[in-house]
Amino acid sequence: MTARGLTAPQRIRRPRLPRAPLVGIVIAVVAAELIPRSGLFPAGTLPPLSSVLAELCREAGTSALWQALGRTVRTWAIGLVIAVAAGVVIGVVIGLVPVLRAITASTVEFLRPIPSVALIPAVILIFGTGSQSGVVLIVYAAFWQVLLQVLYGIQDIDPVAMETARSYRFGTWATVRHVVWPTALPFVFTGVRLAASVALVLAITAELVIGTPGMGQLISVAQSSGATTRMFALVLLTGVLGVLVNVAFRFAERGVLSWHPSVRRAR
Amino acid sequence: MTAPAYRHAVPEEATTMTTSTTSPARRTAARAGRRVLLALGLPVLLVVLWWIASANSTNYYFPPLSTILDWFRQLWLGNKFGSDVVPSLIRLFAGFAISVVLGVAAGVALGLTDALRRGAEPVLEFVRAIPPTVLVPVIAIFAGIGDSSKILVIVSGCVWPILLNTAEGVRAADEVMVDTCRSFGIRGFARLRHMVLPAAGPQIAAGLRQALSIGLILMVIGEMFAATNGLGFSIVQFQRTFAIPQMWSGIILLGVIGFVLSVVFNLVEKRALGWYQGQRESQKRNG
Amino acid sequence: MEDTITTEPMVRVTRLKKVYESSGRRVEAIGDVTFSVARGEFACIVGPSGAGKTTLLKCLAGLLQPTSGTVELEGTPVTGPPPGMAVVFQEYGRSLFPWKTVQQNIDLPLRQKGLPRPERERLTAEALTAVGLADVSRAYPWQLSGGMQQRVAIARAVAYEPHVLLMDEPFAAVDAQTRAELEDLVRSLWKTLGITTLFVTHDIDEAVYLGERVLVLSASPTHILEDVPVGLPVDRDQVTTRSTAGFAELRARVHRGIQDAKAGRQSTAQSIVGTAQ
Repeated sequence: MTARGLTAPQRIRRPRLPRAPLVGIVIAVVAAELIPRSGLFPAGTLPPLSSVLAELCREAGTSALWQALGRTVRTWAIGLVIAVAAGVVIGVVIGLVPVLRAITASTVEFLRPIPSVALIPAVILIFGTGSQSGVVLIVYAAFWQVLLQVLYGIQDIDPVAMETARSYRFGTWATVRHVVWPTALPFVFTGVRLAASVALVLAITAELVIGTPGMGQLISVAQSSGATTRMFALVLLTGVLGVLVNVAFRFAERGVLSWHPSVRRAR
Repeated sequence: MTAPAYRHAVPEEATTMTTSTTSPARRTAARAGRRVLLALGLPVLLVVLWWIASANSTNYYFPPLSTILDWFRQLWLGNKFGSDVVPSLIRLFAGFAISVVLGVAAGVALGLTDALRRGAEPVLEFVRAIPPTVLVPVIAIFAGIGDSSKILVIVSGCVWPILLNTAEGVRAADEVMVDTCRSFGIRGFARLRHMVLPAAGPQIAAGLRQALSIGLILMVIGEMFAATNGLGFSIVQFQRTFAIPQMWSGIILLGVIGFVLSVVFNLVEKRALGWYQGQRESQKRNG
Repeated sequence: MEDTITTEPMVRVTRLKKVYESSGRRVEAIGDVTFSVARGEFACIVGPSGAGKTTLLKCLAGLLQPTSGTVELEGTPVTGPPPGMAVVFQEYGRSLFPWKTVQQNIDLPLRQKGLPRPERERLTAEALTAVGLADVSRAYPWQLSGGMQQRVAIARAVAYEPHVLLMDEPFAAVDAQTRAELEDLVRSLWKTLGITTLFVTHDIDEAVYLGERVLVLSASPTHILEDVPVGLPVDRDQVTTRSTAGFAELRARVHRGIQDAKAGRQSTAQSIVGTAQ
C-alpha cells in the first residue's frame, strides 16, 4: 500500500449522523414485524418478529435451550483451541524452514479448498454422531485459517529485523520469541478471529446435519416438527451468538495488540 | 473485515549465490524442473503412501485406494456425472452468479452512500453472523426442496461477503483518484466503470473467493439436508447404505471440485487483476 | 499569445476565503486571497508548509467550495471542476489509474470529452511525444519510475487541451535529478503550447526558476504577502540561470517573504529567525 502523504488537507467530514445505525435497526425491526403480517407469505411460514422474540423469551426459561447452547459452545471451544494450537505450531515451523515451505506449498493449496462438509459422511462413520465428529470438522476447517495467517505473518517479517537478530547472534528460540512472534502476532489474531467464526458455523452445521445435540439439532427438530416460530427464534439466537463471537474477538484483538503499529494506525 | 489476501502461488526462488557455469537456458530449465518437483513431490508421495498403506486393507472404513478410484471412474465418470454432478454444479454457478450481481450492485450502492452504509451496517453485521447453514431449513420452508430452493440457499450465504467487501472497497476509493476524476469530468457510469469498480477490484475478488468456498459448502449441505439428487445427496446416501468406497470416491470428487474451482478462480483473478499484483510487486521492490 | 480581443484575465480570484468547520473547531485555512493570472502566464504560488496551498489550488480547480469569494475562469464563475482546466497532482501514484496503460490513462478524459477516436489518438501520441514517453504507451504506470509516472500525468493534462494547467507540488516526491529534468520539461511545454500555468510549490528556487511571476503566500489564514514579477529571460537553464545575480536577488526576496510569513505565525520564534538572517 502506498504511504499516504500528510500534506493534503484532511477532507472535512460532513457532520456524522449518529442516528443512521439506529434508523437502520428500527427499519429492519419494523420490516421484520410488518412483512410477515402483510399476508404476502402463507400463514405459518413467516412469523412476525414480536412472536419470535416472545418464543425466544419462553425458550430462555427452559433448561433445554441452555443445555444445547452450552454443548454448542463447548464443541466450538474445544475445536477452536486444537485448531489454533496446531495452526500456530505447524505454521511457525513451516514458515521458518524454507525447504518445508517449498515442499508443502502445493499440498496446502490442494487441501485447503476441500470443503470441510464433504468430510461429514466419513466423520459420521468413523466417529459416530457424538460431539467428537463436530470437533473433527471444526479442527479441519479452522486449522487452515490459522495456518495461512501465520504463514503470511512470517512472510511479512522485516528482513532487516532478521538480519539484526542474526548479527547479535540470537539463537533460534530468541529469534522466534523477539522477532518472529511479535511480527506475526497481528496475523495470528486475524487467523484466530476468522477461525472462531468458521468454527461456530461448523459446530452448528455438524449438529444440524449429523444430529449431535446442540443448537443445530434444535433447529433441525423445530423445522421437521413444523414449529416455525421456534425455529426462527433459534436462528435469531445463533445470529446473536455469531455477533458475540465476532465482537469478543475483535475486542480481544484490540486489547492485546494495542501496542502494535497495525492497530494503532487503524485508530 | 478481512484484508484482501493475495497469495503468491509460486514459491519464492531460493537465491543461490553459487557461481554457476551452466548456460542460462539450462539453468531456467533446471529451475522449472525443480519447481515442478516441489509442487508435485509431496502430493504424489502422499497419494502413493495412501495407495500402499491401503492396498491390502481389510478395514471396513478404509478400503483400498484402488477400489475407491475404481468406483470413482464407474460412478462419477459414468452416469452419475449427468444425473448428480452436473445438477450440483449448475446450482452452484447459478447461486454464485446471482450473488455476484446482487452483492456487487448492493455493495456499490452502500459504498457510495455514506448514510445508507452506516444505516445498514448493524443489520448487515447481524445477518452475516448467522451461520449460513442454519438458513437451509428456513429456506426449505419457503421454497421447498427443488432447484430454486437450493440456489436460494447458496445465494443466502454467498451474497454477504461479496456485498460487504464491495462496499468496503468502493468506500476506500483513493481521494486523489476521486479528485482526478472530478477534475477531468469523469462522472456517472464512466466513473463507476473506469474508477470505482476497478479500484475496488482486489477487495471484490477477496469477497468472491470467500463466497465461492461458502457456496460450495452450502451446495453440499443443501443437498444433504433435503434433495433428490446431487453430490451431497449421493454421498449421504452412500454413507447411510454403508457403501464405503463409493462414499470415499464422492468425498474425493468434492475435494477435486474445490481445488479446481480455486485454481480457475486464481487464473481468472490473475488475468483480471494482473495490474494489482504488478503494482504490489513494484511497490515491494521500491520499498 | 497576445489576445487583442479580450483583456479579461484567464483566472481571477476575488476575496477568496475558506474556513473548515468540524466538531465545533473552526480552522481558517484561507483568509483573504485576491489575484488574477493573465492569459498565457506562468505563475508560481509559493508558501511555507501548512499555508493552505493545496486548499487554495483545490478551490481554484473547483474541487472545494470556498466559504466566500469567487474564482472566475475566463469570466465564468467556477462552481465545480470546469472543463477548461487540468490538474497535475503531487501523488502521481494515486492519480494515475494503475489498471490502465499509459495510453489508456491519457485517453480516458478525452473520451469523456466526447472526442472522436482519431482525434484522441493524435492528442495522446502528441502528448506522449512532448513528454518524451512515446515508446512506453503500452506500459502500466507502476512499471515506470516515479519521474516517468509524473510525465504521464503531465501528458494526460496536456492532451486534455486545457486553457489553464494547475500543478500541485508535482515534483515534491521525486529525486533532485529527476526534478530538474521535469522542471525543464514543464518550462518547455509552457513555451511551446502557451497554456496558462499555475504551479504550486514550497520550493523557492523552483518557483523563481519556473515562473514569470511568484505569488508568496502567508502562513494560514492565508493571504498574499507579495507578488514578485520574475524578470529572468524566457530561455532558462538549470546551471546558468540559477547562477545569475538576478536569480539570487529574486530568490532572496521571496525567501525573506517566506521568513516573514513564518515569523508572523510563530512570534516566539521571531528572535531566532532574526539572528539566523
